[in-house]
Amino acid sequence: MIDWNTTTAFETASAVAKGEVSAREVAEAALRRIEALEPRISALLTVTADRALETADAIDARRSAGEALPPLAGVPVAVKANMAVRGVETNCASKILKGWKPPYTATVPGLLEDAGAVFVGTANMDEFAMGSSTENSAYQVTHNPWDTERVPGGSSGGSAAAVAAGEALMATGSDTGGSIRQPASYCGVVGMKPTYGRISRFGLVAFASSLDQIGPITRDVRDAALMMNVIARHDPRDSTSADIPAPDYLSALTGDVRGLRIGRPAEFFVEGIQPEVRNAIDAAFAKYEELGAQVVDVSLPYVKYAMPAYYIIAPCEASSNLARYDGVRYGHRTGDDLDMIQMFMRTRREGFGPEVKRRIMIGTYALSSGYYDAWYRKAQQVRTLIRRDFDRVFEQCDVLLTPTAPATAFRIGEKVDDQFQMYLEDVCTIPVNLAGLPGLSVPCGSAEGMPVGMQLIGRHFEEDVLLKAGHAFEQATEWGRRLAPIAREVSE
Amino acid sequence: MPILTPDDVRKIALLARLEMTEDEVAIYAGQLDGILGHLAELQALDTADVPPTSHSVGGKNVTRADEPRASLNPDDVVAGGPSVEGHFFVVPQIVDV
Amino acid sequence: MSDTRYEAVVGMEVHAELRTKSKMFCGCANAFGGDANTQTCPVCLGLPGSLPVPNRRAIELVVRTSLALNCSITSPTIFHRKNYFYPDLPKAYQISQYDDPIGQHGYVDFTVNGEPKRVRIRRVHLEEDTGKLFHNPGDVSSHVDYNRCGVPLMEVVSEPDIHSADEAREYLVALRNILVYLGVSDGKMEEGSFRAEPNISVRPVGTDILSTRTELKNLNSFRVVYRGIDAELARQVAMIERGEPVVQCTLRWDEATGTTIPMRYKESEADYRYFPDPDLIPLEFDSAFVEEQRSALPELPRAKSERFQSQYGLSAYDADVLTADRETADYFEEVATACGNPKAAANWVTGELARVLNAGNLTITQTRIPSAGLAELIKLIEDGVISGTIAKMVFESMFNEGKTARHVVEEKGLTQVTDTGAIDAIVDEVIAANPSEAARYRAGEEKLLGFFVGQVMKLSRGKANPGMANEAVKRKLGG
Repeated sequence: MIDWNTTTAFETASAVAKGEVSAREVAEAALRRIEALEPRISALLTVTADRALETADAIDARRSAGEALPPLAGVPVAVKANMAVRGVETNCASKILKGWKPPYTATVPGLLEDAGAVFVGTANMDEFAMGSSTENSAYQVTHNPWDTERVPGGSSGGSAAAVAAGEALMATGSDTGGSIRQPASYCGVVGMKPTYGRISRFGLVAFASSLDQIGPITRDVRDAALMMNVIARHDPRDSTSADIPAPDYLSALTGDVRGLRIGRPAEFFVEGIQPEVRNAIDAAFAKYEELGAQVVDVSLPYVKYAMPAYYIIAPCEASSNLARYDGVRYGHRTGDDLDMIQMFMRTRREGFGPEVKRRIMIGTYALSSGYYDAWYRKAQQVRTLIRRDFDRVFEQCDVLLTPTAPATAFRIGEKVDDQFQMYLEDVCTIPVNLAGLPGLSVPCGSAEGMPVGMQLIGRHFEEDVLLKAGHAFEQATEWGRRLAPIAREVSE
Repeated sequence: MPILTPDDVRKIALLARLEMTEDEVAIYAGQLDGILGHLAELQALDTADVPPTSHSVGGKNVTRADEPRASLNPDDVVAGGPSVEGHFFVVPQIVDV
Repeated sequence: MSDTRYEAVVGMEVHAELRTKSKMFCGCANAFGGDANTQTCPVCLGLPGSLPVPNRRAIELVVRTSLALNCSITSPTIFHRKNYFYPDLPKAYQISQYDDPIGQHGYVDFTVNGEPKRVRIRRVHLEEDTGKLFHNPGDVSSHVDYNRCGVPLMEVVSEPDIHSADEAREYLVALRNILVYLGVSDGKMEEGSFRAEPNISVRPVGTDILSTRTELKNLNSFRVVYRGIDAELARQVAMIERGEPVVQCTLRWDEATGTTIPMRYKESEADYRYFPDPDLIPLEFDSAFVEEQRSALPELPRAKSERFQSQYGLSAYDADVLTADRETADYFEEVATACGNPKAAANWVTGELARVLNAGNLTITQTRIPSAGLAELIKLIEDGVISGTIAKMVFESMFNEGKTARHVVEEKGLTQVTDTGAIDAIVDEVIAANPSEAARYRAGEEKLLGFFVGQVMKLSRGKANPGMANEAVKRKLGG
């Protein structure tokens, strides 16, 4: 039997492979925990119990037949509800895709299942990944397991909450402006957004095509490396997928960061940062120096324009990506009897929530005739300037260390009425997506009982360096592998 | 002087096929104008001679060979379609031929 | 348009479906006529999460076409999204090209009524086709089939260098021919694999005051293109004469009334919000690649026609007819080379062969007479084995029964009679049978020569050598 409060995906997979526990036992335990915890956190939109047990049984049969098991065999995984899984409702937490069961499976869930992962359910999210709190879900609000009156962050809030509460041992998230890292930080778990192009986007329902990337949300850094080993590969079905071989990320976890140059970028330490967050990050810098790393102060002057650039570019791409939801081929169609144009208009009115509509309209405006140069083109030029800032800084250091978010998780309902306040949640994470760089959030502190996360930013395709740095910190401190107290309340 | 007027919002909503009541037009106009106000600071930046980043990764000539592959079963194509007849999707008639 | 006070200013937009095996951005088959939605997949259906990957062959074909149209090749080039809502467009955007099309600044040379004409090509670009809508008359709904959605489509846009319906038609004929020669398109207007959309305005001769442009769509044959443009020009002139402004609109040709009828009134208000497609990576063509495509170009129609004129001494008219399609040109050349008589080869191919093919609604690839067979027939005539008249009969047999010339001649005993004695004997018989005509000839009615020769041919069942028969009659009738 495994101890849910202390185990990891890596350890569970190992136990299953050795026959110390059956995949079925693990799956049943996960489903029991889900049943106990869901009423309190509502992290999952669909629980795929039958599929989980079938998969688990198949793994156990393979093991009995003497086969060697693949690396994730028996590990319960939650999949964010914007990644197509054949036959499973993939609704992106939107009414407009209510009931949609894709006739195909996205590349990443496919790789995970081939690796033996046991899907326990689809994770709640902000509608079409637009949001920073998961409050924009059209179906339910997810509660932060550390304090159920607070948000889990977003848009991958369901994924982070599921891992933090121990409903699953791993989850997939997607990150366009911080949607993996920020909820990981709020829920005290590890979350990584890989380099743009490192992970296939085929089957990931697009929000902003030049920014979206899938990544792991896990209990510790080694588990993130484990998932990266499974999903980081070239996909010929995705033109933006990099044809660059991935290293073995597990072997990067040497614990040795001597000589690592860690940049401290001034512009990320904004005025409004919560003092405890500031303190935790300062302590992290000190810890790294203890471990033999070298801290370098650097500056990225254009980073302060990352927010406005992002909130033009992402809505522009989204306005185009979401135009296909017209009620003709799948999902919701208005029940009213109307002509073609009106049918489209009312279907989309009924199917989309207000934040999605706002972003579609901003994007439509910024791309429209007469405004394209001043808004979209301008934002893409600023993006180049931000990228150049990072390129320059990475000549002086190997990774950057920043807060993941300016504060810890806020209360549910606290920011829904002020869009721009909500947008400021992502001020530390957005620049990373604009530059296409990899970013890793690792728990590094606590403020009034709520987790604090730190963000490591690396050069393109140097996820191994990030994982090494994050793992070394985790090994040297007490912040890793802490489950939310609620998780311990589940009796086995 | 607002960046975005209710009239602008009506045009954008039509272009984006989002039906809206007059009350909603007014509310969204206020919200969008507020957001755009924060974003407008970009326009003051001097970006002459800076190429726009239209593609996030480097690389060129990502193509595929001209080889046919299996298509979906038409039953799967129309499964879950809101209005279907045989293997066709059914839509309200468009006025112009 | 015959009104000489006004000049037509017409630009032509042509869309040609490319002859690839698979679609532009996915592996579904590129084939006409399948059952509804049997050639679709998540990508061409635009299902949530799907992504496009471009077809290399389609890109090559567009580069080749651009070279054949004398364009410069743009590198790097990218795809743009053209955003609009329509049920046949599942992503609600069409992947197309905007400001960096693959080919630019080219031209096509052709002739109109024997006069040379050049139309400049503004751009050649690559995009994807949409699905098809089927409207049911008397029904308030339409049906959508996405089999065609995602088929690679090439768009060729000309400058407004076309100044008459005639020029428009000849331009399309020439362009279509080039595309068929290249193997890029099958050029079937009636099937929709080659679509022409003229945009039309007029101006008083000698001025720059252009009327507003209108656009014509749904023209499914060259004849309809001609009639549609003609009608639209007349309509615009009439409006101008009445002092009415021409309104920008899209019109379709209505066969029943012979007029152009407005379709979507406010086309100009469509804002496509073009932006570079972030899902697709830029294309770069180095000079090695461009040269590779250039060397893959076949001899094009115009060059072939000119070569036929200089190499084989054919008239421009015959050369143009023979090069109107590549198979006919190749067939002719095989015949000419095998029999060594290009003029005779040209006559037979454009004459008798064309006649029987048209009558049977066949193309030259469907004939049962191989080029070597026709060459043999021509040689038999030249060698005097059969007469020209007999040859026509032999030809019919060859065409209908698939036999060789030699076989038919032997089987039916059609060898020409060239023996002087034999011919003399027939002439004697004819003269004896027609005494009064003989007398009239001897009295001076020399035009009766034709009558006698005709009788000799008839009696010999066409086998007498006409020249020898002619000489023998003259000799025997004296004079």
